[in-house]
Parts: sequence; structure tokens; C-alpha cells
Amino acid sequence: MSEKPILSVRNLKTYFDVTKGLFSKKQIVKAVDDVSFDVLENETFGLVGESGCGKTTLGRTIVKLYEPEAGSIEFMGTDIAHLKGAELKSFRKDMQMIFQDPYASLNPRMTVGEIIKEPMIIHNIYNTDQEREERVVELLRIVGLKPDHIRRYPAEFSGGQRQRIGIARALAVNPKFIVCDEPISALDVSIQAQVINLLKNIQKEMGLSYLFIAHDLSMVKHISDRIGVMYLGHMVEMGKSDDVYHRPLHPYTTALLSAIPIPDPDTAKTKQRILLEGEIPSPINPPAGCPFSTRCPKASERCRKEMPQPIEVGGRMVACHLYER
Amino acid sequence: MALLEVENLRTDFTTDQGTVYAVRDVSFSIEQGEALGIVGESGSGKSQTMYSIIGLLADNGIVTANKIVFDGQDIVPGNFANKKAYENTMKDIRGNSMAMIFQDPMTFLNPIMKIGAQLTEPIMNHNKVTEKEAHELALELMRKVGIPSPEKRINQYPFEFSGGMRQRIIIAIALANNPKLIIADEPTTALDVTIQAQVLELIDELKKNSGSSVIMITHDLGVVAKLCDRIAIMYGGKIVEIGTDKEIFYDPKHPYTKGLLNCIANPDDDDDKDLEPIAGSPPDLLNPPKGCPFVDRCPDALRVCKEYQPDATKFSDTHQCSCWLHYEKAVKE
Ligand SMILES: Nc1ncnc2c1ncn2[C@@H]1O[C@H](COP(=O)(O)OP(=O)(O)OP(=O)(O)O)[C@@H](O)[C@H]1O
Ligand SMILES: Nc1ncnc2c1ncn2[C@@H]1O[C@H](COP(=O)(O)OP(=O)(O)OP(=O)(O)O)[C@@H](O)[C@H]1O
Ligand code: SF4
Ligand code: SF4
Ligand SMILES: [Mg+2]
Ligand SMILES: [Mg+2]
Repeated sequence: MSEKPILSVRNLKTYFDVTKGLFSKKQIVKAVDDVSFDVLENETFGLVGESGCGKTTLGRTIVKLYEPEAGSIEFMGTDIAHLKGAELKSFRKDMQMIFQDPYASLNPRMTVGEIIKEPMIIHNIYNTDQEREERVVELLRIVGLKPDHIRRYPAEFSGGQRQRIGIARALAVNPKFIVCDEPISALDVSIQAQVINLLKNIQKEMGLSYLFIAHDLSMVKHISDRIGVMYLGHMVEMGKSDDVYHRPLHPYTTALLSAIPIPDPDTAKTKQRILLEGEIPSPINPPAGCPFSTRCPKASERCRKEMPQPIEVGGRMVACHLYER
Repeated sequence: MALLEVENLRTDFTTDQGTVYAVRDVSFSIEQGEALGIVGESGSGKSQTMYSIIGLLADNGIVTANKIVFDGQDIVPGNFANKKAYENTMKDIRGNSMAMIFQDPMTFLNPIMKIGAQLTEPIMNHNKVTEKEAHELALELMRKVGIPSPEKRINQYPFEFSGGMRQRIIIAIALANNPKLIIADEPTTALDVTIQAQVLELIDELKKNSGSSVIMITHDLGVVAKLCDRIAIMYGGKIVEIGTDKEIFYDPKHPYTKGLLNCIANPDDDDDKDLEPIAGSPPDLLNPPKGCPFVDRCPDALRVCKEYQPDATKFSDTHQCSCWLHYEKAVKE
């Protein structure tokens, strides 16, 4: 891992207009609200947070599937936040995405070979079909499938195998950076480890960077160098994964960690848990002040009025009034 | 006497492709007040085992068993005079002494019926109470499962509830008649971690306070570690190992159990330890392997494993495992 960022996201905002009728009051979901972070070369940056906190939206905005409202996305030295057309296309090749659902993300009418070849054709990276075919065979080997799988259809594969096909497709154009959006959530425990190890090995071999999205904190800690914690569209804490896991600063991170069921009966049955009251507020009418103030056991009057700004504490970022001096 | 005793349960499904042998000779029992976890990968037969016991199997399924005794009552489907008699008995048991919590609350809740009515119906069906009394009981149940402002919520519809709140309602319905046994099929898989923690804590408290037994189906080893006294590991339609929580986690005997424990990340452990995945994928129950169901993925497979099914070896009163490695006479090379 180097100290050089491959990706620098600054003050990124992605909003959705969800106003219902023509004459209704305007309703905006601030899915990603003022998020800043870096992903370093060869690094895995883990992104965690509960359903609806904006992880997928952030990932899709970075690979330019969604148009940001504001902010910058500097990728390999160029701000791509507002690039379009041909200028953007040259960057698209370098950033790929792996999806959560290995069933829905592959076209059922295409063979495995066609699926993996498609991005090569779009980006025009091999001259002949034979070269492409050779590369497909090599990719199948890398992800642990067999060369004769090339003519088969997705329906003939198990969940874990389909996820491997998705990974081979993402690798087809030799990207530098891959957004992995919950790549193992839909898989069986025994298969999850296969995919995690595969992603780690590929990273070592090809020098890739990952943005790894998941809500399984155990796996995220295992695979990530650094972790960012999101809540209601905001990045509330960020730091080295060991630090965040063993010494969480933000009250939400603390609660999230204490909620993980530890696979060890002695620990699990004796561990004191911080049970959060209530649920995540609607992103349409987020609470005033700190987004976590409605559930935070340490919330004060100030928290309900004033939004805490991200500050650095011991080499880490946290957005919470408790740490301001 | 055990609350539920199951011996050699088999469930077959007739399909166009042939017979799916979904549950293959499953035996276990559960005592009053005990929580049993059932762990296994997708398709290993966890849900169908339970559906076979509570009588909610799809029409193409056939159940046979040497014994299914619940609370002293024989509930082997084949031992009833006819299908109707079986269904009536099971319907009665289900709303009463045995309750089920499903993964997706919406498969169970009626979307166009107010929450209040869905709670009072099972109460009125099984008890001699007035509508007003049932309403009071419903409010009490909602309070018990932690629904804020139940007086207002009782008049709402399921779509006005979040996923976690719906699951609480399902639990409230399940509790309506003080069941002796609660069967929970992945009740928290669809929920967020902080909400999952709330629901698990709730189930744990209810178990401790009411003395109900709980059968918890899940593929999350963290969930069983937290909640269960005993754990059954299923693979390819069979229970391959069963034991107390400590026996399974600290002294696993079956290669699949060991493999499962080696491929999960324990965030408390030192980080750089590589996960050891189990190669391959689970067997197709349309053509289950002749011998041990795990043979295609087992790193320790013996000659005998492919041809013959291993019998159970007992390690303690609570711990047993079906694997040839523990069979003295099996030739180990
Ligand atoms: N296309 C869209 N239109 C309107 N709102 C959207 C859209 N996509 C996402 N949202 C909203 O933006 C918020 C963030 O959603 P997002 O899918 O990014 O969350 P997430 O963290 O990935 O959640 P999950 O863990 O469930 O995948 C949610 O409130 C969601 O409802
Ligand atoms: N109605 C049916 N007809 C034919 N096969 C069926 C039917 N219902 C279930 N099966 C098969 O029975 C086997 C066991 O299914 P079961 O639902 O018990 O798995 P499970 O262990 O609960 O898995 P999961 O973790 O995915 O819920 C699977 O192979 C499944 O495909
Ligand atoms: S700012 Fe206040 S409400 Fe927000 S996390 Fe910190 S203490 Fe809690
Ligand atoms: S019986 Fe044989 S194949 Fe099955 S788990 Fe034991 S050693 Fe492995
Ligand atoms: Mg998402
Ligand atoms: Mg199931």
C-alpha cells in the first residue's frame, strides 16, 4: 500500500428528488451529504453503515453511474465529477463495479464468455476475438472457474460461481479501482471466504484498490486497511480498521460494533451490548443538528441544534461534538 | 420428557426433474426452556425440516418419520386418519402451543388488515375473551415487544411499519398464546445490525422470562453463539453434528463444522489470519451423494466415505457427529 491516493473525494453530495405530485412540497433525499475521503493505491477502504445510509449511492456516484449534486471526485489526478462523454469514457475503463446480487447482475441470455468479453468490446482493448477469448480463459482461471465454462449460461452456476463471473467481468479491462458493493452478502458463509480470498489475491497480483461496501462488520474489518462509517448520508468516522474496531470514537460506531454477534459462545453470551433505541430517521426529514442525535445515548442540547464537523483526532476523522475542544 | 422429539424425519419433494430428497433421516429433540440453533448452508434442509414438523409443507412434499411427538402428542402426518384430521390438529397447535417467526414478515402479515386485528384474531381464536379484552391483550403484547405508542400503532397497517417493527409484530403474534415452542426461521437476516441486536435481545428475554423453547434457524454463527444452548449442524439434508454451544464451537468433530468455523472472520481475533474457505459447493439434493453428503468437499475423506453413509458417533450425552473419521474400524490411509 502506498500513501498516494488513487481517489480523492471531497464534499461530495448526491441528492434524489422524490417529490410525489406536481404540486406537492418538494422532497429531497440527501443520500450522500458532504462526504470526503481518500482511497490509497493498493488499499482496501471499507465502507459500513446500515441500510439506506448511502453506501451504494456513494459507490455509484464515484464510478459515475449517478451525477453528483456538488463536490469533486479526483481519480488518478483528474476531477471526473462533471466529466461527460468521450472524456469520461477513458476513465470508465479504470474503475469497475462488482454487485451484491450475483443472480440479477448477469444477463441470463449471454454465455459466460460473452458476459466477460462485453466490457473488452466496449472499451476496445483487444484487436481480435481470439485475443479476447484467450483473455477470458485466463480470467476464468484467475477467478477459479474452468475454461470449458466459457460456453455455459449463468443459470447453470451457483451463487458463489456467479459472483466469480462478475469479478472476472470487472477484471476484464484491467481496472485500477473496483467498487465492491456487498459482493458477499448473498452468499453462503463457506462461499464468502472463497470470494474474499479471491479478491485479496487479485489485489496482490494486480495492484488494485477497492472500495469495499458491506454491512457485515466482521468481514469488512478482515479485508480492509481503513474503514469509513456512514450514517444518514454522512461519514461519521474514518480511520485504520484496527483503530476503528478496537477504539471506536463516534457513539454510532461504538453501538454498531457492540451489535455484532460474535461467533464465540463465551463472549457472545456475556458481552454487554449497547442497544440503540429506535430506528434510523427518514432521510427526507433528517433530524436537525447531528444526524445521530435522535438515537445517541450521549446527545446533548447542542447536538440537536448544531451539526458536528469532521475533525481529526489521533490520526482519525470523527464528526461528533464530544471530541471538539 | 422432551417437549419435541423427532426421529428419522424424511421429506421428499416430487418435481418434474425427479425427487428432491430435502430432509434425510433427521433426528433431534428439544427440552422445555431450551434454545436449539440449526445452522447450515442454503438448501441444506433447515426450513423444510421445520415446515415438515409444523405441517406447512408445500403440496408436492411428502413427510415420513418414525416419531414426531410434540408435548406428548403424536403428530406424524401418516398416523392421522386422513389429511383433514392432520391439518385441523396442526392448525390448532400452530396458533397455540407452537408458533413460527419467518424471515420476511410480509409473507405472514396481511397487508390490508390493521395491525390490531392481526393481533386480536389469534387471541380470540384460541381463548374465550371479549373483543375488548383481546384489544387490551394486544396492546400489552405490543408493549412487551417494544413498539412505541402502541395505542396509535394498533390502528395502522403493516406498510406503515419499518422492517424491524414488522418483525416485532410477528413476534407479538407468535407470543399471543404463550407458546411452548417458538420456531424462528432466519428472523433477523433481513434486518440491520442494530435492529437485529434489538430483536435477538427480545427473543432471548422472552425465552428466559416465559420458559418457552426456541428453535433458531440461521446461517449466522454469531447469532447461535449468542442465543442457543445447543446447536445442530445440517448439511445435504442431514444433521451431521449436534452438541452444546461449547462442544460445537470449541470441540467440533465434523470436518464440515470445522471448515465452517475456519471460514468466518472473528473480528476479535488477530487480523491477518487468512480465512480458510471450504472448496466446492453443496450437493444437489435431486441426486444426493450415496455416501457422506460432504464427501466432494471434505479434505479428510476416506475410501469408505463415497459409498457408505456414516453412522453417528457419541462423544458425550449431548454431543454426536456422523463421520467415518470417528469410526474405529474405518481404514485411514
Ligand atoms: N434512485 C433513487 N431515487 C430516490 N431515492 C433513492 C434512490 N437511490 C437511493 N435512494 C435513497 O437514498 C438513500 C441511500 O440509499 P442507498 O441505496 O445508497 O443506501 P445503502 O447504504 O446502499 O443501503 P443498503 O445497505 O440497503 O444497500 C436511501 O434513503 C434510499 O431510499
Ligand atoms: N416445494 C419444493 N419442491 C421441490 N424442492 C423443494 C421445495 N421446497 C424446498 N425444496 C428443496 O429442498 C431443499 C431444502 O430446502 P430448505 O428450504 O429446507 O433449505 P434451507 O436450508 O432452509 O436453505 P436457506 O438457508 O436458503 O433457507 C432445497 O434443495 C430446496 O431447493
Ligand atoms: S454529536 Fe452529539 S448526538 Fe451526535 S454523535 Fe456526538 S454526542 Fe451523539
Ligand atoms: S464421513 Fe468422510 S467425507 Fe464425510 S465428513 Fe467424515 S471424513 Fe469427510
Ligand atoms: Mg446498498
Ligand atoms: Mg430456509
